[in-house]
This record gives sequence, C-alpha cells and structure tokens, in this order.
Amino acid sequence: MNPEKLNTESYPSDKIARKFLVLAISYLLLGLLLGIIGGFQYILPPFLKDNVSFQKTRPLHVYLVLTWIFTAAQAGLYYYLPRIVNRPVYWLRGVWLHFFLQLSVSLVIIICFFLGYFGGREYLEFPPLIGAFILLGWVPFAINFFFTLKPNYKTAPVYIWSWSTGILFFFITLSESYLWLIGHFNNNVVRDVTVQWKALGSMVGSWNMLVYGTAMYVMEKISGDVKLFRSPLAFFFYFLGLTNLMFNWGHHTYIVPAAPWVKTVAYIISMTELLILGHIIWNWRKSLAAAKRNYHSIPYRLLSFGDVWIFLNLILAIAISVPAWNFYTHGTHITVAHAMGATIGINTMLLFASVFYMIQKENPDATENRKRMVGTGIIITNIALLVFWISLLGSGVAKIISKQNNEPFYTLMQKSQSWFKLFTYSGVIVFIGLFILIASVLLIIRARRRPT
Amino acid sequence: MPRIIIFLSLFITYAIYSVVVYSKGTMSISSSAFHESEKIRNGKELFQQYNCISCHQLYGLGGYLGPELTTAYSDPQRGELYMKAFLQAGGPRMPNFHFTKEEIDDIISYLKYVDTTAVTYKTRQIQ
Ligand code: HEC
Ligand code: HEM
Repeated sequence: MNPEKLNTESYPSDKIARKFLVLAISYLLLGLLLGIIGGFQYILPPFLKDNVSFQKTRPLHVYLVLTWIFTAAQAGLYYYLPRIVNRPVYWLRGVWLHFFLQLSVSLVIIICFFLGYFGGREYLEFPPLIGAFILLGWVPFAINFFFTLKPNYKTAPVYIWSWSTGILFFFITLSESYLWLIGHFNNNVVRDVTVQWKALGSMVGSWNMLVYGTAMYVMEKISGDVKLFRSPLAFFFYFLGLTNLMFNWGHHTYIVPAAPWVKTVAYIISMTELLILGHIIWNWRKSLAAAKRNYHSIPYRLLSFGDVWIFLNLILAIAISVPAWNFYTHGTHITVAHAMGATIGINTMLLFASVFYMIQKENPDATENRKRMVGTGIIITNIALLVFWISLLGSGVAKIISKQNNEPFYTLMQKSQSWFKLFTYSGVIVFIGLFILIASVLLIIRARRRPT
Repeated sequence: MPRIIIFLSLFITYAIYSVVVYSKGTMSISSSAFHESEKIRNGKELFQQYNCISCHQLYGLGGYLGPELTTAYSDPQRGELYMKAFLQAGGPRMPNFHFTKEEIDDIISYLKYVDTTAVTYKTRQIQ
C-alpha cells in the first residue's frame, strides 16, 4: 500500500467512475434548481402552486441533493478502491449494473414526484416499493467494495472502517425506515414518527461515514502521512462517530412522548458530535507542509472551509440539543439551518475536495488552468452560504417569537417575509457559486489531456 | 482485535436499544382507536398519499412551508371547522386537493387521533 507511486496508473473502472461523477453533479445541479423554486414558493405564495407545488419541489430537492452526496462518495470510491489495493475492481460489470440501476431508479422517482405519486414519508417521499430498488442498486456497490478491498480490519486505516460502516448502515437504516409498513408501527403515531426520526437520523450518520472516510483518504494522500489515520486517536474519534450514528437520533424526538431516557442518552451523546472530524482536519492542516498545500490548493481550501462549517454547525447542534432550548427550536427553520448547513457546508465541501483531487490526478494541467475559476466558486459559495444559514436561523427565531405571542400562522408568514427573501436570494447566490464549481469540473473532465 | 470487539459490542447494544425503543414507553399511547376506526386509518393513508408532510409537520417532522398540525385539532384558535375550511378549498399557499366530504372527515379523524397522543405538547403549553 504505497499509493504515491500509482499517480499515473489507470484502471478499467476509471471511466465509469467518471460517469458516476458526472451523474452526481447532475443530481446536484437539478437539486439546486428545485431548491430555488422551493425558495421562491416561500416568497411568492401562488408561484407554481398547483402544478409544481411545494409538495413536489421539496421532496425532489431533498432526494436529489441527498443523492448527490451518496453518488459523489460512490464515484470517489470507484476511483480510489483499485488504487488502494493496486488491482482492478472485483466486478467491473457490477459497477455498470449499479450505474444503470441508480439512473433508472432516479428517473422513476422524478417521474413519480411530477405525477404526484407519493409515499408520504419524510425524506423518502416516493412510493414505498421504490425503496427496494434503491437497496438493490447498492448490492453491486457493496459487493465491489468488500471484494475489491477484502479489508483486514485488524490493520486497516480508519477510513476503511468508516466506508464499511457507512455501507452497512445504509442497508440497515433504509430497511428500518420501512418498518412503518408493519402494523405495530403504522397503528401508533408515536412509533411511526420515532421510526422516521431514528432511521433517518442514523442514515445521516451513514452518509457522513462515507463522506468523512473519503475526506480522510484524500487527506492521507495529500499529506503522504500513512500514520495519521491508523493512530489510536483516529480510532477513538471513529468510535465516537459510530456511537453518534447509533444513538444520537433521539435529539430529534425530545417532544415525542416516547420513553424519556431515550432523550437523556441522545443528549449526552450529541454533545460529542462533530468535534470528531473538526479535530482531525485541524490536526492535519497543522501538519501539512507548505509545498503540498500549494500543489493541492483546491482540495486544501475546500477541506478548510469544510472545517469552518464543522465548527459553526457544532455550536448550533450542541445548542439545539439542549432539551430546554430544543423545545423552542424544534419544528422551526433552525432545524433546516442545521440540515443544510451540514449538507452544504460540510458534506458538499468535503465531496468537492474529493472530486477535485480525483480530476487533478487525471488531468493536472487542466486543473491548474481552472484554479482561479474554482477559487472564485469556493469563495462565492461560502460567503453566500453564511448569509443563507443566518437567514434560516433568523426565520427560526421569528417563528419562536411568534409562537410565544400565540400569533396565527399567516401573521408569522408575513413577519418572516424579509428573512425568507434573504434566504431565497442568498440561495440563488449559493447556486451561482456551486454552479461555477460544477462547470469547472465539467470543463476539466472534458479538457484533453496533454501527452506526458 | 480490540477494535473488532468494540465494534461488535456497540453493534449489539444498538440492536438491543432499537428493540427497546420500539416497544417500551410507547404502549400507553398505542391507541386502540386506531384499530377500531377505519376512518383514522383511511385518514392516515390520505395524509401520506397527498404528501401532506412536505409542507406540514407532525411532532416537528416534515417541511416548513405550512403550519404544524400535531395539536391543530384542540387548538382554540384553529379546531375542526377551521381545518375543514382549508381541506375544502386550500389556502394562499396550500393547494386545493378537491377532497370529497368523506375524505375530509377521514383526515380530520386522523388528525384528531394524533392530537390525543400529543401529551407532551399539552403539558408544556399549560406550564
Ligand atoms: C404545498 C404545501 C401544502 C401541502 C402539500 C398541504 N398543505 Fe395544508 N397548508 C399549507 C399552508 C401554507 C397552510 C396555511 C394556509 C396557507 O397559507 O395556504 C395550510 C393549512 C392547512 C390546515 C389549516 C390548519 C392551520 O393551522 O392553518 C390544515 C388542517 C391543513 N393545511 C391540512 C393539510 C393536509 C391534511 C394536507 C394533505 C392532504 C395538506 N394540508 C397539504 C400548505 C400545504
Ligand atoms: C448542496 C446544496 C444543498 C443541499 C445539500 C441541501 C439540502 C437540503 C436538505 C437536507 C433539506 C431538508 C431540510 C429538513 O430537514 O427539513 C433541504 C430543504 C430545503 N432546501 Fe436545500 N439544500 C441545498 C441547497 C439549497 C438551495 C441553494 C436552496 C435555495 C433556496 C435550497 C432550498 C431549500 C428549501 C426551500 C428547503 C425546504 C425547507 C422546508 O422544509 O420548508 N436548498 N435542503
């Protein structure tokens, strides 16, 4: 396992890894457009109310952007796996099978949403049968992951543990979210809500494991320090993350009248959240020599911005996990600030770091040529995201005040208009920033490679 | 080796925890009403079919364009007639789904049932 030598090597799966990359970026682009339509529906009430109502835009947005996260992580894995073990992926056709299953399932989901066929479950709002096909698509992916790597967990670095955990828990949590099909859950609204919070809360943990694993792999490659992610400290943080994945979902359910001790467990565990990766990136940055920082400046900057968002979201997450405060913040846009702050600020930044690391390896010259464009995209996205995030917090606070004053819903909506406007307009700028990154990726991929 | 043991112990704890969470502490609200009433079940089905959760929240779960519905039924400012009005005609942001009278009754029965389970909300409101 001395991957630095392999820089110029190529593998049969690279082509399909690039296809996954383009697919992932298309999800992001479409998802962002639907997010913006959703934003305008906040500030222009009748906007597309009957045909593409919020009932469709929100599920489409959430499905597409979450699928961007999973697919970008998978694209990275298909590219990195052969380079870790120094041999091609185990089942090349499986990768293609995964690609076509994934593509057809998303097309079916998008069509269902437009036609108004819903399953009506939070985040997984498509008809339930489709869930089975999503899982099916993950089977060749899991086979390729485990059979290509054949991980030896006694000596494996922590990112291999993270990836394995992410895959295992995706299967567990997606299946768990369908427990509502059983009467025991469906006939009791408290259990029904608990299933959704618990399964989805852990599913978030599962994609975080995939994304963090990818970020750690990229950090190792950039620094060349193979000890970094084999240290006891790295494993301590991994297990802390795993504990969070398993038990912290309860912080979403403080208000649900389930057993009270669930809340205590969740609260204590939430306190440790995110500290994990923040600490790791911090240490890694400190240890990195200037020359490496410079050569890998795009992934480096993205990882650094990811770190800033980790700290911002950590503060917010800890604050809203305090049960006395959660009573007020629960069910307001502060939760959306937490969700989008983490999925854009952390996951999307880390994934773009991996994307640019990948394409820089493929085509260093073209990447170098686009450095300024990418830098502009990164800055625009992050500044706009800060405004976006603050506007969501502001809408949340407006709702809390309005609830305290017992105001009816339309008064609340009227009073929040300026926050919603700020939210939507800054969202458009987030889109512009991310669009610059998307366009740069596509330009770099399409640029011809200079013969070496 | 210890890593594998730590992983397995956590995993087993997680499995046990999941079983306990899904069975203990929720019995009291395991409303027999649900079993007895066809209307509540239909209401829930409609609630999912029309994806009400994308705009409304139950126990804070869902989208935020529309109001939280957990205690809408017993809310002195809202209540049954108020809710029915929106289900019949939609609102400035809520679409009109052209429900039949029976469908509206079923949805109201479901939301009434949800309201009876919302003990934590109500004790908080009294405080
Ligand atoms: C596109 C988003 C959207 C969807 C989908 C939607 N609603 Fe609404 N609903 C709203 C909004 C927004 C309001 C507040 C009035 C307004 O601005 O239109 C509302 C108001 C209500 C009210 C009145 C209670 C109150 O507190 O104001 C009830 C009851 C209600 N909706 C039930 C439902 C049910 C049941 C469904 C599913 C069949 C549903 N809604 C689907 C957006 C939606
Ligand atoms: C990479 C970029 C993005 C990601 C990963 C992302 C992710 C998410 C997630 C996870 C949710 C669900 C939140 C919840 O729990 O309720 C959400 C909701 C939403 N997002 Fe985004 N988002 C992104 C960009 C945007 C942009 C640019 C806009 C434009 C304004 C936007 C608008 C919305 C809206 C309107 C909602 C629904 C909020 C509600 O429930 O009322 N998103 N997003």
